[in-house]
Amino acid sequence: MKEPWVRVVKRDEISLARKIWVRVAAILISLLVCAFFIYAVTRSDPADVYRSLVDGAVGSSRRSWSTIRDTMILLAVSLAVTPAFKMRFWNIGGEGQILAGGIITAAFMRYCGDSMPTPLLFLCMIVSSCLAGLIWAVIPGIFKAHWNTNETLFTLMMNYIAIQITAFFSIVWEAKKGSGTIGIINQKTKSGWISTSFLSGLFGKFNYSLNLIIVLALMIFMYIYLKYTKHGYEIAIVGESENTARYAGINVKKVILRTVALSGAICGFTGFLLVSGSSHTISTSTAGGRGFTAIIVSWLSKFNPFMMLLISFFLVFMGNGATQIASEFKLNESASEVIEGIILFFIIGSEFFVNYKLVFSHSNKKEEAA
Amino acid sequence: MAEYAIELRGISKYFGKVAANEDISLTLKKGEILALLGENGSGKTTLMNMLSGIYFPDKGQIFIDGREVVIRSPKDAYALGIGMIHQHFKLIEVFTAAENIILGMDGRSMIDMKAVTKDVQALIDRYGFHLDLNRKVYDMSVSEKQTVEIVKMLYRGAGILILDEPTAVLTPQETDHLFSVLRKMKADGKSIIIITHKLHEVLDISDRVSILRKGRYIGTVDTKDATGQSLTEMMVGEKMSLDIERPEPENRKLCLEVRNLTCLDEYGITALDRVSFTAYSGEILGIAGIAGSGQKQLLEAIAGLQAGTGSILFTDPETGRKEELMGRDPLSIKRMGVSLAFVPEDRLGMGLDGNMGMPGNMMIRTYRNGKAPLLEQKGPRDLSLRIKADLGVVTPDINYPIRRLSGGNIQKILVGREIASAPKLLMTAYAVRGLDINTSYAIYHLLNEQKKKGVAVIYVGEDLDVLMELCDRILVLCDGKVSGIVDGRTAAKDQIGRLMTTVGEAAS
Repeated sequence: MKEPWVRVVKRDEISLARKIWVRVAAILISLLVCAFFIYAVTRSDPADVYRSLVDGAVGSSRRSWSTIRDTMILLAVSLAVTPAFKMRFWNIGGEGQILAGGIITAAFMRYCGDSMPTPLLFLCMIVSSCLAGLIWAVIPGIFKAHWNTNETLFTLMMNYIAIQITAFFSIVWEAKKGSGTIGIINQKTKSGWISTSFLSGLFGKFNYSLNLIIVLALMIFMYIYLKYTKHGYEIAIVGESENTARYAGINVKKVILRTVALSGAICGFTGFLLVSGSSHTISTSTAGGRGFTAIIVSWLSKFNPFMMLLISFFLVFMGNGATQIASEFKLNESASEVIEGIILFFIIGSEFFVNYKLVFSHSNKKEEAA
Repeated sequence: MAEYAIELRGISKYFGKVAANEDISLTLKKGEILALLGENGSGKTTLMNMLSGIYFPDKGQIFIDGREVVIRSPKDAYALGIGMIHQHFKLIEVFTAAENIILGMDGRSMIDMKAVTKDVQALIDRYGFHLDLNRKVYDMSVSEKQTVEIVKMLYRGAGILILDEPTAVLTPQETDHLFSVLRKMKADGKSIIIITHKLHEVLDISDRVSILRKGRYIGTVDTKDATGQSLTEMMVGEKMSLDIERPEPENRKLCLEVRNLTCLDEYGITALDRVSFTAYSGEILGIAGIAGSGQKQLLEAIAGLQAGTGSILFTDPETGRKEELMGRDPLSIKRMGVSLAFVPEDRLGMGLDGNMGMPGNMMIRTYRNGKAPLLEQKGPRDLSLRIKADLGVVTPDINYPIRRLSGGNIQKILVGREIASAPKLLMTAYAVRGLDINTSYAIYHLLNEQKKKGVAVIYVGEDLDVLMELCDRILVLCDGKVSGIVDGRTAAKDQIGRLMTTVGEAAS
């Protein structure tokens, strides 16, 4: 019998510097692999391609702002799913909760955009979008709290319902008969648009500064909420062990419902930001998979809101850059998805090397000799 | 033929920076019973897991029958005739004993169950096991499950058997039977290693004793030359008294009256059946019984964590005020002003949050204090520092996640917090399980301190010797019923052992 060639050993403690180094190395390796991929497909210089990637993300003032806007949306969804995740409630229904908030926002813009005073319109849109997302999340929450049903499947199914409802309204509200799309709502009056509302003029040309401020405030709130409040403490205890929570006298059902309500409400609010703040329309792809990408952001940042900002920015940066590559080098959309996939694969894979190390049998021998 | 069945030379195993085993060399002679003695965390199980193929040593050599071998997997271990019986059994509940025994063995695709059963039955008769091969595992007692594990190893041709704390889950009578079987196996030429930290068992069963301390090999002695005192010294590394103090109860007053308490467990099976008893302040009431006889439900019912019927009447020993606890949850019990402390069996699963540091865990009972939505930070931090200093909790920092601390330190944090709440009634479940001797004695001391302060202490324990030395009275549970309440000062061990397995016998 021979000694095993390589063994996996759990690391005891890892220094911060090493943690960062492992992750940076992962990103560098992923860029290298992408370079091979790009060269194999396009035969063009990977350096050019990367230049165009950066150009696509922050190459102009407009592109920078759109990167910031997308970062903020992704960050908001990540912040939304985090309290539920910290409680080990696997809310993968962010997508549906965003759409629920988005539909109701679109409805207000469409039906009340011209008749309501702007402040009232905004109040209605914000409150109702939060409520819509909340209801979408609380339905699986009630089933989980009372009958311990599996929330993963339940929230996932709720996504499909929301998508179907959106598809339904796409027909009801369609701009041109038979087009199946809503088109830009209130294109002339721009009522119900964050960028041209009573707040316009305060924040210059691109008007995503308001998104920026709201989401950053949300980030700070979430940091404090999870770390320093009694609610945050209850979330952590319920997530760690329901028995410990009962022992501490915590009403587990109440905490589950309260937390998923918060999670859903923020998702719904993000739906409002998307519809009123950037796209001014709604379609089944408005949420754009952010409900799922947010899960990755939340986990990679270990539930730390400030880390979420960094990771959201990185993902959006790569995504926007990859789209630019695709168009500049005449590749289709899938090429940018392949690049994003490769990068994510290495980042998530690097977590393994943060927690474990490989020991090769020859190094074992060396140790013995030493 | 080599003299040794197993010889280990310079074995080391590291987990991160922690040396679980450091340069250990020991031998097992053919046809002997070797006791491997050491405190919890001294590396006994780690060492044995390297023989059974679960871990791979970082350094060192293993010789079986004088030949150097490399054991990479449990399969390799089987091939070498090494069979390990783990603390946690690895059986399929819905299979019969016979099916479990042949599980995972090579053979033809068709199984001749009759022939297998006949072979296994022959083994059972030869060594005098008590086992019905056609019984399903979920119908079996712990001791029968253990028997299945042992027979499984023998059927696979194991010549070397390793038993990891086999007696921890057995009654005194079952332990005696296991030992008689082990002696027959020894006479039959099997070589046996038994891991334990019960000294009297070591002296009873083994031929030689090897002692580990903090991952290092201390030495091996012939059992006939050893005494409990000498072994303890080798194990702990210092002289220490093994007597537990038991002050006379003073100012004994009624504190808790339980009447006809009946509870169902999570599967709807009766876990407690009309249990009645009283507990007094200034007294330690021990609760003995085989694991799973209803101890968990009894304490949880009193703490408000388990639904049931009957009456649990708490009387404040100072004011005489009476409160019914049945049907209340922990929060409402607390709000009634009943100060009750509970050290549950599953420390990290119920009493503590392993991901938090000490202050976060101190808050579990008190985080609601104050009206502000923000947590109060200073009180818990001060309490953490005090407990760290008073009880000698070893932690790099009070904010270090307690999951990474040793079992003894985790238990000190839990007991420290519960005592700090100045309870009138203190309930502990297996308070010293997994702790080293020094920490165990520190816990006994803390309980006695509470008793002297006039607290009613309920101590659920598994070590009968300790129960008989520490407690004033001992309530024995058998299958959810009270089979007797005996005086801790006069009761005999075999009397308690009988009560643990039979209900309705006279408890004189």
